[in-house]
Amino acid sequence: MILWGLVLFPGEPCNLLNECQSPLFSVFANTLFSLRCLIVYPWTQRYFGSFGNLYNAAAIASNPKVAAHGKVVLGGLEKALKNMDDIKQAYADLSVLHSETLQVDPDNFKLLADCLTIVVASQLGKDFTPEVHAAFAKFLAVVVAALRKQYH
Amino acid sequence: MKQLGLLVTMQPSVKEKNAAMVEWTEQERSIITNIFGNLDYEDVGSKALSRCLIVYPWTQRYFASFGNLYNAEAIKTNPNIAAHGTKVLHGLDRAVKNMDNIKATYAELSVLHSEKLHVDPDNFKLLADCLTIVIAAKLGSAFSPEIQATFQKFLAVVVSALGRQYH
Repeated sequence: MILWGLVLFPGEPCNLLNECQSPLFSVFANTLFSLRCLIVYPWTQRYFGSFGNLYNAAAIASNPKVAAHGKVVLGGLEKALKNMDDIKQAYADLSVLHSETLQVDPDNFKLLADCLTIVVASQLGKDFTPEVHAAFAKFLAVVVAALRKQYH
Repeated sequence: MKQLGLLVTMQPSVKEKNAAMVEWTEQERSIITNIFGNLDYEDVGSKALSRCLIVYPWTQRYFASFGNLYNAEAIKTNPNIAAHGTKVLHGLDRAVKNMDNIKATYAELSVLHSEKLHVDPDNFKLLADCLTIVIAAKLGSAFSPEIQATFQKFLAVVVSALGRQYH
């Protein structure tokens, strides 16, 4: 529910998110999702012109800058996890950064969120139940909305 | 010889005929047929549809006559949902068997969804996303970026064909 600009995470989904945090952190260590985004949605490579060889899937998969950047993004997501009651506020600076400095088309946030969901689903298998999926989708939707907030 | 030349130029080239069609590489075709060849349609169909109804609850509006959709448990065990999920997957099967002409294959299905079922076409993408998640959960690390890209291309063509007859 979204009330008065706050997002309410009722107890159950919040616990579900915390429960799947431990296996998620092993997913985090893999940072597979950022390279997946660059492969499945190739136009996203335009933001990484300085990253060196992105010529094909194998090059992207072994590119150390892509892996390092995946970790940066995950650090950002961790910030949202630690501030679930005010993600909008926690992300205000990040939103300005993406809008004014990095000039990222905000539609791309959803693509990266989708890739992260796919990676988590493939890692958790049957443990990625519809309920966990729903909580995760809600979390990512709030994150994406917060990242978009400072775009004008 | 001149007559022969005229005859040759009058025939549209294969390239021109296929200009409007989606191009599939051999690898893409085999990825799609492999995924569907190893699927339990009943299992995956019911999982994908019930997931859609749980993660995107507004989609339940199209299934008011299906009985108890009150909570996730009810949705997951609802036999009407399971049967319908299987039906959807068999519909996808038709696209797999007609990959070179999904648009024509789906013309009637598109009219059905638009004029009879009145489904908002944005929902096709939601169900496609849920199906992708179910397949990803099933294949695990075997759902590589390349396979994901091919699968999403296939579903994008399907979703586009389903939306084609909406006016």
